[in-house]
Amino acid sequence: MIALLACIVLVLIGLYAVVTKRNVMKIVIGFSLMEYAVNLFFALVGFKRGALPPIITNVNMARNFVDPVPQALVLTAIVIGLATTALMLALAMRIYEKYKTFDITEIKRLKG
Amino acid sequence: MLSAFLIPLFSRLWQRLSDLIASIAGAVLLGLSCYGIASLVTGSPTLVYRMGGWMPFLGITLVYDSLTALVSLALNVVGLAALVFSVRYLDHYTGRWKFYTLFMLVLAGLNGVVVTGDLFNLFVFIEISAVSSYALVAFGADFDELEAGFKYMVLGEIGGTAILLAIAMLYAKASSLNMAVLSELIAANGQTPLFWFIVATFLVGFAVKMAMVPFHAWLPDAHPSAPAPVSALLSGVFIKVLGVYAMSRVMFNVFGLSRANAPAFFNLLVGFGVLSIIAGGLLAYNQKDYKRLLAYSSISQIGYILIGLGIGNYWGIVGALFHLLAHALGKGLLFLTSGSVERETGTRDLDKLSGLERTMPATSWSYLAGSLSIAGVPPFAGFFSKLFIIVGALEARMYWLAVLAALFSTVTLGYLVKVVNKAFFARKDVTPTPARESPGTMVMAMLFLVVVTLLTGIGFKPVLNWLVGPAAQVLLNGLGYARTVLGG
Repeated sequence: MIALLACIVLVLIGLYAVVTKRNVMKIVIGFSLMEYAVNLFFALVGFKRGALPPIITNVNMARNFVDPVPQALVLTAIVIGLATTALMLALAMRIYEKYKTFDITEIKRLKG
Repeated sequence: MLSAFLIPLFSRLWQRLSDLIASIAGAVLLGLSCYGIASLVTGSPTLVYRMGGWMPFLGITLVYDSLTALVSLALNVVGLAALVFSVRYLDHYTGRWKFYTLFMLVLAGLNGVVVTGDLFNLFVFIEISAVSSYALVAFGADFDELEAGFKYMVLGEIGGTAILLAIAMLYAKASSLNMAVLSELIAANGQTPLFWFIVATFLVGFAVKMAMVPFHAWLPDAHPSAPAPVSALLSGVFIKVLGVYAMSRVMFNVFGLSRANAPAFFNLLVGFGVLSIIAGGLLAYNQKDYKRLLAYSSISQIGYILIGLGIGNYWGIVGALFHLLAHALGKGLLFLTSGSVERETGTRDLDKLSGLERTMPATSWSYLAGSLSIAGVPPFAGFFSKLFIIVGALEARMYWLAVLAALFSTVTLGYLVKVVNKAFFARKDVTPTPARESPGTMVMAMLFLVVVTLLTGIGFKPVLNWLVGPAAQVLLNGLGYARTVLGG
């Protein structure tokens, strides 16, 4: 339970970073933080006290596994996060080439 | 999706091949949508398909019901038009096959969103189309496009993350992600505070995606900066499919919210809708950039759809869904005309454009048709959708809402006509901006949308009975969705 709440706090920290920081790279990092916090939250959802990792070997056909579904889903979400982060960084790089700065207060040609 | 992967492979050989593959794929998608509608109309029940044969609790199901049919029709019509338009529009851009690959990914993602019956699958498809669209917005790699693309990306992903978080919380409670199963569980358990928190998180996520005020900040930058067919897709389809459709599906069918058991939520929708209408409408008035004006107009029109949904009775929802269709067609058309103008004259600045009717007649008349539809003039489609929304408001005895909707229709007409006067149909003494009419395929795409808009308007009775009505019923049915999916 505490772990779940801690994850929510992590999300909020990430959001804070995205919203307040001026450097584009810090925004990207903040966003990554948010994304991983959500993934962590999701993976933790399947936890049961004293349960085993959900891998069937020949020895343990026991029933007491941690829920594997969130783990599978989080795998997908991590990959999506990867693609997103990659694109964000590519955009950030191109922005640097054009604007010569990472400061978002100066990357403001679009108004209105 | 097949075409999305074929294109990078083959287009190295022959540049134009990518146009061909993409256009054929677009046409096939549209054909499938029409077929789906035809079969629903003639009475076969909702299609439910279980991937891999797994039972709904464990596996992913695909569902094709009336709501799906309506949205997929809108999306594929505009998608095809945008694709055909792209054939010549892209002459200015390099990396042609990359564009088509991304575009097909977006279309694949959007089609996936409307068809899926599983909540996590919904998230995956939302992200597929969203990430591809971020790249498309930044396609030109110029100052504006990069800045807009980045801003759009950060905001859009925050929305996406919010959706993922909400799904995670929901799973924690329910242990299943199949939408139908979830809705049964929720019906059984009732509405606890945690439930409302989840709803709120979802709402934030979807609000960002659909540019509901106050989460709309990315839209006025992203829509103008994107290449024109992408803007058409973004404004006409994307914000509706991801935002409105996804939200409706989750709120109505999964959570089973309705006016009766959650009035606060619906009032919230109405409130945000009103904000959107007013903010979008007023801000559109002063815009100098052709596409930015259209972008603010989209914000305003989404507001109309929101109040229609928020009113919650039959005519309100019918109006909202009809407007989803009408606006997709109309706004798609308008953005295509903007692309046509931009390509030929090299500018989007309204102060510099004048008298284009003489030099670009097809574009001008297409623009006129699109504006009339969105402003709500008969016999175009937009008139009927706004009419239904107003009828819904009157039935729910929200007279002030009806007055507001009608009033801002006038404002809509105002700012759209402003462009007509300045850029297109000017008085005799103004020298027209030098330009030629756009190439044939672009004109074809625009005229195609004009015709469809007109047909939807004139033929609104059959559209209503066969397409929009059943779709509204699906939403109103709310929890009945589960029975349909699980029973069949």
